[in-house]
This record gives sequence, C-alpha cells and structure tokens, in this order.
Amino acid sequence: MARKSSAKTAHQPTRNSTLDLARLSVREVNQLLHDADGGDFLIRNPRGLHAIAAGLDGPFNITIDGHVGYYCAGMNKQASVTINGNAGTGVAENMMSGRVHVKGDVSQSAGATGCGGLLIVDGNASARCGISLRGLDIVVKGSVGHMSAFMAQAGTLVVLGDAGEALGDSIYEARLYLRGQPKSLGADCMVKDMREEHKAALRQLLDAAGLGGTVDVSEFRRYGSARRLYNFHVENLGVY
Amino acid sequence: MCGIVGLFLKDAKLEPELGRLTAAMLAELRDRGPDSAGFAVYGGEVAGITKICAVAGEGAVAWEKVAKQLAKATGAGVAVEEIEDHAIFKTKGDGETARKWLIDNVPEATVLSQGQSIEIFKGVGDPNRIATHLKLAARKGSHAIGHTRMATESAVTIAGSHPFSTGEDTCLVHNGSLSNHNRLREHLARHGERFQTENDSEVAAAYLTWRTRQGDTLKQALERALDDLDGFYTFVVGTRDGFAVLRDAIACKPAVMAETDGWVAFGTEFRALATLPGIDRARIWEPEPATVYVWSRSS
Repeated sequence: MARKSSAKTAHQPTRNSTLDLARLSVREVNQLLHDADGGDFLIRNPRGLHAIAAGLDGPFNITIDGHVGYYCAGMNKQASVTINGNAGTGVAENMMSGRVHVKGDVSQSAGATGCGGLLIVDGNASARCGISLRGLDIVVKGSVGHMSAFMAQAGTLVVLGDAGEALGDSIYEARLYLRGQPKSLGADCMVKDMREEHKAALRQLLDAAGLGGTVDVSEFRRYGSARRLYNFHVENLGVY
Repeated sequence: MCGIVGLFLKDAKLEPELGRLTAAMLAELRDRGPDSAGFAVYGGEVAGITKICAVAGEGAVAWEKVAKQLAKATGAGVAVEEIEDHAIFKTKGDGETARKWLIDNVPEATVLSQGQSIEIFKGVGDPNRIATHLKLAARKGSHAIGHTRMATESAVTIAGSHPFSTGEDTCLVHNGSLSNHNRLREHLARHGERFQTENDSEVAAAYLTWRTRQGDTLKQALERALDDLDGFYTFVVGTRDGFAVLRDAIACKPAVMAETDGWVAFGTEFRALATLPGIDRARIWEPEPATVYVWSRSS
C-alpha cells in the first residue's frame, strides 16, 4: 500500500528524522514515510495510536518509542521496525518482508496472514498469534495465547514459552516449534519428528532473532498438520 | 465495537482527580462508540443515606413532585438534586423499595442506580458532549466505569446505554453480545429481578445482582457467569468497594489493563490508558480469557 507519489522530491524528509505523534497525526507521519525512499526514523509519543508505520515499502529503520495500538507495521515490505513497548491487535499483520521487533508484549492476531519476513516478540503474545500465517516467520520469546497458528498455511511460529488452547487448529503446512507445553492441540495438529533439517532451520531463526547460542534447539518440539482435515495435495505445493 | 474504561483508585489522594482522569480516558474511546455513553462514579457517601439516580425519557419530568410522591409512598424523607435531565434522590429509606416504586410509578423516567456510593449518568449521542454536559470531569470519588456504545442488541436509547445497574451499588458495562439473554431474563424475573429494557447487558447486571443475593461474592458470581452466560463479552463491574473484569473464553473483545501503586485501570484499548499519571511505570497486561480479576478496597 506504500504510495510512491510522483511529487516525492517536493516533500522528501531528511533522513534520521524524529517524528513526534504529539504534534503530527498518524496520517501525516505515514504519508511522510510513504513519500520517502528509506532512512532512519524515530517515532515518538505513539500513545497506543493505530496503524503507525503501516504500509512501508523501502529500506527503513524505524524505531517507535512507546506502546502502539492496532495494526502497527502492517503490510510491511523491506523495512525494519522496532517497537520499544507493547503492541495492540494485529501488529505486522499481512507483512510481506523485512523485520518487525516488539520489545514488549503483543495483543491478539500478531502477524496475522503474514507472507514473509521476520516478526520478533520479546514478551508474550495473546490469542491467535500467527493466525492464517502464509510465509512469515514469527519468534515469540514468551508464551502465546489460545488458537495460535489457526489455519496457518506456510511460514514458522517459534515459541520459547508455552501455548494456550488449540495450538495449530486446522493447520495447513506452517511449522510450529514450541519449547514449552501447549495447553491443548487444535484439530488436525500433531507432534512431528524433529529432524536435522528442522533443527537447522530453527537454529537459523533463533539466530536471526538474536538468540544465537543462548537457546538449545533440542529443547523444542515440532508441531504440524496431520493432513487429515483438508483435501489439499501437498505434492502440488510448488504449483501455487 | 463499544469502548470501556474503568479506573479504580488505590491512592485516596487521587480521588479529587477521578472524574477528570475518567473523562480523558472516555474521550479516547469516543470513536468506538459514538451512539451513546454513560458512566458510573462511586463516592460521596453520607452515612445512612441511599442515592437513587434516574434520567428523564422523551420529555421533562417534574422531579420535585416525584420526590414528594416517593416520600409519601415510602414513609421516608426524600431530597432531590437535579443535574440536566438527571435526578439524584436521597433518602434514609430503603433503596430497593424506592427503586421499584420509581420503576412502577414514573414510566417517563428510567431508574439508573441505587446505593450509598454509586451514581450513574447516561446520554445519547457524542460521548464527549455527554461527559461535558453531565460534568464528569468535576466528579470526585474512589472508582469510576465508563462506556461508549455502538449499539447492536437493542435500540439507541438512554435506557439502552451502559452502565447497567439493578442491585445496590453494583453496575456492569459490557462489550460484546449475549445469546442466551432472553431465557435468562425470564429466569431472573421469576426470581424477582426487575428489568427496564430488552437489553442483553441488563440481564448480565441482573444476573450478578441475583447471584449476590444468593450469597455469592463478586468473584464467585463472575466465575458462575462463565457457565451461565453464553456469548461474547468483556465485562467491567463495579461494587461499593470493588472493581472486577471478566472476558469470555474466546476473548474476542479487546481489553488491556494497567496497575500502579496508585490505581488499577481498564481500557478497551491502550490509548485510553495512555493519559493516566504514572502510565510509563505501570504494569501493563492483557487480561486472560475466562479469568476473573477482582480488586477491593476493603481487602
């Protein structure tokens, strides 16, 4: 959704800018970012406002200093967004690429429908984390709430803590790695073998999330689809 | 949608600020519920006096005349204070008796609350205008609960606005919708509960009143509600000295809480809490589904 307006040069902000949401509206801040090619920005006074830094498309380094509301960094492409606080519903929803790092907790539906990139949550995630995941990798250092990875199609959900009820309900081909215990597994979700290739993939994600060397991949169990619930032919996966 | 705010003060020094802080919280959630708004404020107790709050329906109500009739009917002195289209009756008589008499005899008004501490105010339209009109910011007290409503289950009327209160010093606000409220209303009516609307949330309030009358503590009543109430809900409940939060097991309706040494606060969204003093150092968390949270001033 990033709008590359043709009048970009007229309003090009300087790089390394501080954008203050106590003085600018979310619309103004986002438009300013959408009109820029990239750069480093510090966003102050987010105060739980919605859709901050949504729809970015470019090599940005954004730091948001405080708690954000709904849909922060939604639809993100390429950009790296760090939130020094908690995030409300749908952080990094439908993210395409890049990196979103939340230093606090996140509310429901974090990373929902995400297609690519990496979402890191230092705290806990509440219900429906990674719902309908389509390729995004999510690393949650705390625990996740109920119905996480519901109908997740592709991508990875790594959880260092526990999972709430019905983990991976109606899951398709996403991979789930859980170090703690799930309260229960959802329909058609099962424990799977942790082969070397999975350990290597998990190691890579943990390293990318800044956990290199501190977490032992052998402490995790892998969960995925028992493939009894859907009539999708996995051998055709490459065609889609 | 709907927006809920709740503020429960632990530090008595903040009591003069209760209304101002609550009004600022409510204003943040105006866009979640532009149809109507209401708030309950606990405070201003006078020993032996029960306050009964009421609001006029379509037209004006001759509140002074109603006060005299109420005094005659109950045999206890009744004073009345008028605030815009609201009235607060003050009596040494029994609050429940006065409430029932007003419901039966003054159909042009809706009775909002009765108790020693609670006062409820409601209006239809822009929440900010309602809060200003009814002088929320100037109100003092120990705890307050506010609601901005986007109507779903019943019409946009003052009577259908939250908070709902059917029992002494107890009120409830609700974000969500119940699916078994008709059957439950019949059950509660058979047990003597008096209803003034067809609203699902009023049934939840009456359910708590009924359970409390049966001897349940607030925590017990809410734990039982998890079995007896079907539907989506985030409830915030106030009692004379308590404050409680409950979300249904699915937790569809958003909720965030914060606590410091000075206060406990609830907001449908974090932005409602962002203006509170000390929020930068507060413990902030999302209440768990199907879990009862209760705070009390007496414990």
